Amino acid sequence: MPCGGARIDLFLAAIVIGITNGAFIALIALGYTLVYGIIELINFSHGDLFMLGTFACLTTLTLLGFATEVGIGGTPWWALLAAMLLAMAFCGTLNVLAERIAYRPLRKAPRLAPLISAIGVSFIYVNLGLLWQGPTPRRFPDLLPQYDFVSQMFGLETLVRFTFKDLFVLGLAIPLMLALAWVIRNTRMGKAMRAVAQDSEMASQMGIDVNRVISFTFLLGGILAGAAGLMYGLYNNNTVFTLGFDAGLKAFTAAVLGGIGNVSGAALGGFVLGLLSAIVITFLGGQWDSVGVFSLLVIILVFKPTGLLGQGASD
Amino acid sequence: MAMLQVENVHTFYGTIEALKGVSLTVEEGEIVTLIGSNGAGKTTTLRTIAGVSHARAGSVALDGEDITNTPANDIVRLGIAHSPEGRRIFAGMTVRENLEMGAFTRTDRTEVDSDYQRVFDLFPRLKERILQRAGTLSGGEQQMLAIGRALMARPKILLLDEPSMGLAPVLVELVFKIIQDINAQGTTVLLVEQNAHMALSIARRGYVIQTGRIVLSDSAQALAKNEMVRKAYLGEA
Repeated sequence: MPCGGARIDLFLAAIVIGITNGAFIALIALGYTLVYGIIELINFSHGDLFMLGTFACLTTLTLLGFATEVGIGGTPWWALLAAMLLAMAFCGTLNVLAERIAYRPLRKAPRLAPLISAIGVSFIYVNLGLLWQGPTPRRFPDLLPQYDFVSQMFGLETLVRFTFKDLFVLGLAIPLMLALAWVIRNTRMGKAMRAVAQDSEMASQMGIDVNRVISFTFLLGGILAGAAGLMYGLYNNNTVFTLGFDAGLKAFTAAVLGGIGNVSGAALGGFVLGLLSAIVITFLGGQWDSVGVFSLLVIILVFKPTGLLGQGASD
Repeated sequence: MAMLQVENVHTFYGTIEALKGVSLTVEEGEIVTLIGSNGAGKTTTLRTIAGVSHARAGSVALDGEDITNTPANDIVRLGIAHSPEGRRIFAGMTVRENLEMGAFTRTDRTEVDSDYQRVFDLFPRLKERILQRAGTLSGGEQQMLAIGRALMARPKILLLDEPSMGLAPVLVELVFKIIQDINAQGTTVLLVEQNAHMALSIARRGYVIQTGRIVLSDSAQALAKNEMVRKAYLGEA
């Protein structure tokens, strides 16, 4: 086992990996928390929606002719942009449709009914994924520049890597989260979302069309999942139809950790979870990943049952 | 033709019939009060008019247009605003945002701005607290915000549910004074109150509701002198 300086190396390396992974988790966690904040539904299909997002990107890139080559002739930015926009539109639309078909008719039913319905939607998505890309893991084209800032720009010989891929993920995820926060805080629709989250009956008496606001919320969650799909694919260069289960579980945990229904909480929870997971994997090994993550969840919920930042979508 | 016409309305909560054929009218420019004890159906009457509870039978019409089955979010557009029981302000939003929500349906920017001014003139305290979270306001201030929020819709008719509830006596006087001011500025008011004495002192006409039925209707002055009203609602022996 390495000691002294090497350990700090390892630790810093884990931090970078953790932050980048935290960004994916946060984007997916936002989808859980937005929906929970508005209609108190745990949308179990959300992780699988993210999986379909990676597939939508993969198919788009394949159709555009970028399925195999590895960074030859530079990065096709336009194709990446096209894939991301398509995945965002696809996941957003799918999420809105799921709400219309599977959740809205059950809105006045007991809580358990829409939850079971969401699990059903999750099964549909998983099987759709299985039909779409088959049962084995698929390679996702490696289209981003291969560049490590730590060794190539600063000439440092360490285990720590901060690559262009990390920059790409953070450079997309963080502005997306800030944009979401801005939409919720400042736009007419965002304010309507907050009003519906706090008291939907009273919101309707303000003239707010509650159904439209709920659709819009599902749209936002789906868009973020679609964007996360592209980032995940380009970062990890693989995807598989079972991807959504693990991602969904982690993201849901992150949302609860931060305070379900709380938007800043979901983002914070995502990063905390990503960091913890990377540190546990680095120092204890991959088999301890889930143990670490869920121990943290239990500990935090014992001492602060409403999560780190408290429940409620009021901000 | 009355501005608001409620005719033989039956409203249920599940299998419980809360309104058993309520009829009342409100003419343009009036303050009309609906008095009655707890559970008589006062709140349900207002909720049915506002479209959040639905009449199973009977009809509600505004300016002759049937709105019995119109959804709540369209009713406010037609000119009915509701300041509900328990205030139900958006506690996590600022005072400013609560008022903005009140004006949600409106697109006439300059008119909306003049209505902010009107609300702040009526309730100077709200202006002092404009950026404060509504949940941190005192009970009286929250009541003012609930009324102000309803006014931001610039309604033809304002439904007020128990505006005096839980307020100190000085504030009760103030709130009733402000209701008169609002009415004098041209807004018709349907006022539900347990404080029958105050309500009858500012209303032109009144209805008395008992277990889901209107049992009396008369001018406010006559009701204040009525033997049964004095015993049951004005606490006189």
